[in-house]
Amino acid sequence: MTAIPKQRPALSTTTGTAYARIWGVGGYRPDRVVTNDEICEHIDSSDEWIRERSGIITRRYAAPAESVVDMASAAALEALKATGLTASQIDTVIVATVTHPYQTPGAAPMVAERIGATPAAAFDISAACAGYCHGISLANDMVRGGSAKFVLVIGVEKLSDFTDKTDRGSAFIFGDGAGAAIVGPSDFPGISPTVWGSDGAKWQTISQRNSWIEVRDHQVEWPAITMQGQSVFRWAVYSMAPIAQAALDQAGIKADDLDAFIPHQANMRIIDALVKKLKLPEHIAIARDIAETGNTSAASIPLATQRMLDSGEAPHGGLALQIAFGAGLVYAAQVVVLP
Amino acid sequence: MADSEQSILEGLAEIVNEETGLDTASVQLDKSFTDDLDIDSLSMMTIVVNAEEKFGVRIPDEEVKNLKTVRDAVGFIAGAQG
Repeated sequence: MTAIPKQRPALSTTTGTAYARIWGVGGYRPDRVVTNDEICEHIDSSDEWIRERSGIITRRYAAPAESVVDMASAAALEALKATGLTASQIDTVIVATVTHPYQTPGAAPMVAERIGATPAAAFDISAACAGYCHGISLANDMVRGGSAKFVLVIGVEKLSDFTDKTDRGSAFIFGDGAGAAIVGPSDFPGISPTVWGSDGAKWQTISQRNSWIEVRDHQVEWPAITMQGQSVFRWAVYSMAPIAQAALDQAGIKADDLDAFIPHQANMRIIDALVKKLKLPEHIAIARDIAETGNTSAASIPLATQRMLDSGEAPHGGLALQIAFGAGLVYAAQVVVLP
Repeated sequence: MADSEQSILEGLAEIVNEETGLDTASVQLDKSFTDDLDIDSLSMMTIVVNAEEKFGVRIPDEEVKNLKTVRDAVGFIAGAQG
């Protein structure tokens, strides 16, 4: 027998504001500065070699007891301060991370509780180094769709817990930190359409070395995150440059209209090569936070944004192209009006 | 149409010069990219991508590690052009 639905009433739905924008950003950098010389205690390398290959001079490591939730909460409070909003006004918390060491629950509900945003909707997203740009895209659509008013987007990583300190190819790359942005209603378009996508065939290019099941059943080593540097470099430069251009096209602007270019801080060589490939005009400020922060994955773009705004390198109200790419492989790019 | 090995060598030398600043005359068939020309893995990838564009060939990631000398690269490109 086929079930026949009752005559049903139309469901209510929501509509949000026409536009959304980033209201403010905040960052948290752990106290401990780790030099290349300290990294070289575990690998056969040198300060000069690391600087040449990555542009990294120092990175920050969180304290052993300092968690992803601790760092995310600190960055969130900074973002709240920057916007003048209160935690109770936040109705959604999105945490982008791959280093929260609990399979479940996610970090976001704990962050929401910690900062006083309960009962905000709160969930984590796993898009690796591209997590923040994915979060900004979701937040933009949520505010415009009416499912949220103020969305706190946090990129946070404690990569020092997932770094093989003896791996010459990756030990010097990673750092810890958190960056946050609050997306809310706007009377002008503050976030352009996101150009995003994935290429799962390349999943092993950047990956946790072993699954948790393999760790349990085969007593294999700690599942640190490793990458195939050359392949990542080629993909990040030559596949991502057209994505960056597509984001400009979708935003309806030209490179010359930008005030800042804020790519994921993966490696200074990738940043330099992207700038060259995109033929960006010289007046555009380029994010180079990686020199003192290392690659903090999902946290890198908001941290770099905060540094550029605080230092005056990028103007409040200016246009920034942000592009992030990482394990998956996944990527996301959009143009934003800087808060 | 396939380029001659000499013209591939000259084209490759220009690409190496643009990436590293090395004199084109120093890019000779028997030179090792890493040991003689001091080209690191990331610069090598840039050279590979530019060579793909210039010579109309595809050089897969897994092939790059086999291109130890300039002769290896010239030979691969000539072979790929068929």
